[in-house]
Amino acid sequence: MSIYLPIAELSVNILIILGMGAAVGFLSGMFGVGGGFLITPLLIFYNIPPVVAVATGANQVVASSISGAITHFRRGTIDIKLGTVLLCGGLVGATLGVWLFSILRRMGQLDLVISLLYVVLLGSVGGLMLWESIGAMRKTAKNKPTQLRRPGQHNWIHGLPLKMRFKKSKIYLSVIPVATLGFCIGILTSVMGVGGGFIMVPAMIYLLRIPTSVVVGTSLFQIVFVSAYTVIVQASTNYTVDIVLAFVLMIAGVIGAQYGVRVGQRLRGEQLRALLALLVLAVGIRLSIELIIPPKDIYSVVSGGDGSR
Amino acid sequence: MIRLALLALLAFGGAAQAGAQPQPQNGDFTEKLEIGTSTDEIAITSDFRGADLTIFGAIDGSDSNLLAQGKYNVVVTLEGPKDNATVRKNERVFGIWVKTLSMTFELVPESYSLASTRDIGTIAPPRVIANTGIGVDHLRLEPLGLIGDGGNLVEFRNAFRRVREDSGVYQRDPGGVQFISSSLFKASLRLPANVPNGVHFVHAYLFRDGMFVVAKALPLRVVKTGLEQAITRAAHDQPIIYGLFAVALAIMTGWGASVVFRKD
Repeated sequence: MSIYLPIAELSVNILIILGMGAAVGFLSGMFGVGGGFLITPLLIFYNIPPVVAVATGANQVVASSISGAITHFRRGTIDIKLGTVLLCGGLVGATLGVWLFSILRRMGQLDLVISLLYVVLLGSVGGLMLWESIGAMRKTAKNKPTQLRRPGQHNWIHGLPLKMRFKKSKIYLSVIPVATLGFCIGILTSVMGVGGGFIMVPAMIYLLRIPTSVVVGTSLFQIVFVSAYTVIVQASTNYTVDIVLAFVLMIAGVIGAQYGVRVGQRLRGEQLRALLALLVLAVGIRLSIELIIPPKDIYSVVSGGDGSR
Repeated sequence: MIRLALLALLAFGGAAQAGAQPQPQNGDFTEKLEIGTSTDEIAITSDFRGADLTIFGAIDGSDSNLLAQGKYNVVVTLEGPKDNATVRKNERVFGIWVKTLSMTFELVPESYSLASTRDIGTIAPPRVIANTGIGVDHLRLEPLGLIGDGGNLVEFRNAFRRVREDSGVYQRDPGGVQFISSSLFKASLRLPANVPNGVHFVHAYLFRDGMFVVAKALPLRVVKTGLEQAITRAAHDQPIIYGLFAVALAIMTGWGASVVFRKD
């Protein structure tokens, strides 16, 4: 059963797209991640043009993050003030990212940059997570108490100026590192089609020392707005958001996520993190193989272009 | 399905479009070529997986002796809309494959299908074929912009043809044109699933004993229809509203799921 994607301009098997959406939804529900970092590479492996995969991936992220964001909002576990500072950085980053995206696309280097960024990011984040979770599992095995952070410990980030009081998080922190973090995540959202939660959450916990209770909700708050903004900007500058593809993915994704959450609740935190780390590494390795092995044809042809290179 | 529909159309309307656009004819020949397609529009629907196009034609004023000897040959091509095309070469840089050199060719067809009564190499001498510009090998590939000394022009032209043929948008079918009576012929062309939208041209060329006689052309529109067309148009004409709608759809889906699946 095939379906024609009007923006990607190709026919795909709808069952494969549904399966992809459901599988990524299941994993994102299980691990509590947005799943953008899985959906975009999967779409690229399935020959969807990377430009469409990235912009459409951002749209899928909106759908998969919104219900989590609403839940956290109801529970009051979002620091709106902190989220807004993150968001301001994020919007600037996303704007710059879409601009970079257009330039790289015109130069014909977009596919390479997307793959490289994924390899570097997935490799390092996956590696760090695996290291940390194995360490935690060892400690639990030896019956030592696990301690993610020691309260009261400060690093250089807390010496920066422009401090602001975030009541909900009960911290007094400079806006510079917060907005910078948002800015970086904004670039990643627009260039890679990811929400960026898998980077933002550890960065908020370990670097900014924001209490874990508000971290997930606040990061979801930022992700929803930045990815929604990215979708609109991508749609109006690059015309690469495929609404048919996005809709099929998000329908399957939100259903898959419901079942993923149930499985995730039965696994222990560090086991979950180790599994996620392995998954992240596997996607990164798959992408890096693509970069290293000789392509089927060393030439490629794209339509358009004005000869200016 | 589409083929059936085309045949049905043919049964009723015959070569409905025949006789459009007369083209200059060589003075030495008396033959005339008439062609018709059973449809002048191919619709891309949501389940589009390519289509078959049948082209019918008649040779008027033919020499029956030459016909009987099989000296008449017909080549039918379907040329897609034209756009610039950039060929890029991958090279290994620090262990990874990077696109380094590129060359842009000016206004080449996005798709090209060819059907003929025989392999075009045996229809006429290479010089004659080259003059008519028939076949992927004779497409005009003019580089745009600076190309240096042009030393790699041949390399890039060959690469362009090969990539387009491998992806199925350039194809040839020697034997795709059949005579169904002494002067009537039928050509079948396959439109791939990734056929580009826009105005395509059907060209028919008649050869007599290795000499080019006459050519005819007909337009064929390939259009997205219904929802597909509405979406494409919205995405390009109202991009901000389209983007907002995409976001609204995502919010509804995500929020809807959390309502539907809520346990309490």
